[in-house]
Amino acid sequence: MAHKILIVDDEPNIVISLEFLMKKEGFEVAVATDGDEALAKVASFAPDLMLLDVMMPKKSGFEVCEALRADANNASLQIVMLTAKGRDTEVAKGLAIGADAYMTKPFSTKELVAKVKSMLGVC
Amino acid sequence: MKAKYRFALAVVVLGLLMTGPFVVTSLLVWLDMKEAERVMLTELLLSRLPVGTMMTIVGFGFGVMVLHKLFKQYVEGLLRMAETLRMMLSANRNFRVTLEGPVEVQQLARAANDLAQQRDVLMDDVDAQISRAKASVEEEKNRLAALMSELAQAVVVCNLDGRILLYNNRARLQFKALAQGPTSVSGGALIGLGRSIFSILEKNQVQHAQEVITQRLDAGKTALSNFITTTRGGQLLRAQMVPVLSGTGDEKKTMSGYVLTVENITRSLEQEAKRDQALHSLTEGSRSSLGSIRAAITNLIDYPDMEAELRERFVHVVDDEAARMNQRLDQTMAEFSDSMKTRWPLEDILAIDLIAATQRRIEDKLKLPIKTEELDDTLWVKADSFSLMFALTFLAAKLQDHYETRELRFRLTSEGKLAYLDLIWAGAAMSSETFYTWEMETMQVGDETSPLSLRDVIDRHGAEIWYQREKAAHRAFFRFVLPVAMPEIAQDQDDKARDTGRPEYYDFDLFNFEDKSIDLDRKLSDLAYTVFDTETTGLEPSNGDEIIQIGAVRVVNNRLLRQEVFNQLLDPERPLKPESIPIHGITEDMVRGQPNIDVVLPAFHEFCEDTVLIAHNAAFDMRFLQLKEERTGIRFIQPVLDTLLLSAVVHPNQESHKLDVILERLGIEIGGRHNALEDSLATAAVFLKMIPMLEEMGIVTVRQALEASEKTYFARIKY
Repeated sequence: MAHKILIVDDEPNIVISLEFLMKKEGFEVAVATDGDEALAKVASFAPDLMLLDVMMPKKSGFEVCEALRADANNASLQIVMLTAKGRDTEVAKGLAIGADAYMTKPFSTKELVAKVKSMLGVC
Repeated sequence: MKAKYRFALAVVVLGLLMTGPFVVTSLLVWLDMKEAERVMLTELLLSRLPVGTMMTIVGFGFGVMVLHKLFKQYVEGLLRMAETLRMMLSANRNFRVTLEGPVEVQQLARAANDLAQQRDVLMDDVDAQISRAKASVEEEKNRLAALMSELAQAVVVCNLDGRILLYNNRARLQFKALAQGPTSVSGGALIGLGRSIFSILEKNQVQHAQEVITQRLDAGKTALSNFITTTRGGQLLRAQMVPVLSGTGDEKKTMSGYVLTVENITRSLEQEAKRDQALHSLTEGSRSSLGSIRAAITNLIDYPDMEAELRERFVHVVDDEAARMNQRLDQTMAEFSDSMKTRWPLEDILAIDLIAATQRRIEDKLKLPIKTEELDDTLWVKADSFSLMFALTFLAAKLQDHYETRELRFRLTSEGKLAYLDLIWAGAAMSSETFYTWEMETMQVGDETSPLSLRDVIDRHGAEIWYQREKAAHRAFFRFVLPVAMPEIAQDQDDKARDTGRPEYYDFDLFNFEDKSIDLDRKLSDLAYTVFDTETTGLEPSNGDEIIQIGAVRVVNNRLLRQEVFNQLLDPERPLKPESIPIHGITEDMVRGQPNIDVVLPAFHEFCEDTVLIAHNAAFDMRFLQLKEERTGIRFIQPVLDTLLLSAVVHPNQESHKLDVILERLGIEIGGRHNALEDSLATAAVFLKMIPMLEEMGIVTVRQALEASEKTYFARIKY
């Protein structure tokens, strides 16, 4: 059974690439464009891994991540945070509040795919 | 024993010496004789007695005369000389002993005179040395004060209690700009000699900095401390403190005060924040766009056989994001262009100062005479004056070399926010290609070279330059277009009027002055005073007359501080009396729109803090202030001295104690009069002149002056 991936980003231009890539790799993909929708989709879609953008309207990626980690039911959900901010302090914050990996935009799609695969154990 | 008795004794001794031996010899012979011999002798002697007595008396008289003469010359002469010498010792240094009497006495007198001469020379020498030393100390102080006043940084020197001993003009202007309320009211009231620095800077921070320095001193480190503080008005100040150390040589140095350099960093911080923001929006804003583009491109490359519709979408993503990045870049440039340009440190400079300096340089380096045409002397520009001056000199040198120019002219005009600085010469036309090469080559004047080209200098200033011909006048010019600067702190015109004589921005005597609060038993010459005067609508405060001007000046440590003044017109909120206008020269137009008493009185009260008040006929002015107590809640409770009463104390028999009359009597010359500020300056001058006169009468302290004033007749007049 294919792993499920939830893409959360408000920028359609990056979503289209990510969605295309993940589908090409054979994952089942869902998309959310803001924080609230992301939380709803986690409940309904039950993804294995989440690509989460930090800068979003309504709820930031940090808030979404914290909300998810506060619920023990989501313990197995892997979170990869994507950000346009490259500061070390933010990377540290993301990892501290429960993200499993951190990618800074612009990133190489190959690296992203490799990272997602290794996290899901499908090499 | 007095000289007179000694003389009498000498006369008696002389008498005994002349008669004694004869009488004694006669007695001895008499005792040895027989009866018959005795009768014969008696007969013999008695008949010759008158002759013998006569001879003895004559001899005696002659002896007394000689004795008297000797006495006069030696004893009395020496006594007189002693008196003269005493006089030379104390009262009159120039007095000399007159040469008279016998040779020996004259020699003694000459020797004494020589000694006195030698002493005088020595004393004059010592006096001269002392006054030279004093003058050089004074000169050093003045030089220091002058140096300080020229500094572009605000400098304040304080003693350990935070009392200000010295400040420079920049500090005055900077703190004046920080003062709250209508600035003309504050009039630099916050800063002043003997005032506390804590009204400007946070006390805790200053004291903390002081502690840091003490610790660093003890540890043998460089004693210096920096802090940033916020003013009441929300401005950010960066201050640096270095200690003033007392004790020299190997002695352990202790801190006796400190020097603060203060910089207002609000503006530069804002600019820095803006620049950060620009950088931020360029980097982080680009990241997500670049991320989208990179992902889309990689997909296009990695999956060349994707369906056409999908390919179309990825291409569109690239196009879309590239356009967004473009837009963001444009926007950032538009928003932050100002802060990008200011990266090179440009200073606000008065354009004519720059021209004057360049003129001197060109004349000096190139021996090329410079004339000036129309010069706008109010124009400030933002410039790096050295590189701009170099550029102008470079052009002048080029013109001299290539076109044999004999004379150059400067012209300075402006249009809107641009300043035009023209370098004009008469002669042949030049090609724009030539000018283009000049623009691009690195500048050189004689043996001096610059790493910059003319173009670099122009770019650095955000300026432009072009070549233009004035055909009708057969001449051409280079026009520099520079952005006009709004000088941060405009020189205020008031000051120039008052800036006569040396500035009174310092008073080092305050170093040893700890407590400045008012103590009535302190010497008059030691206290801080506010000398003030008011102009009013009329003479009857209880009948609705109001204050229309308050002028005041500070006297600290026996010095009149012309720079520390309070000068404010007030709106009396009632019409002026036409008959009073010629007296004070203040018209309706001048007072309308001025702050009213509610605003001015608190500011004036702050200005007077910790000082004794002085006014001429103070009762009158105080009555006006007191009538406002209820309305403003402001009370003037400090002691008040009245120069009218003090004049009556000093000159009780004079009829008039009007200010004009006193000024004339004391020989004080004052420029203008009958304006509150000028009158307070005059009153202050009178007071300073009276202090030594009062001291001579035994009136030394403020308490004594108050008591003496009360006893005068004039004190009984009440308003």
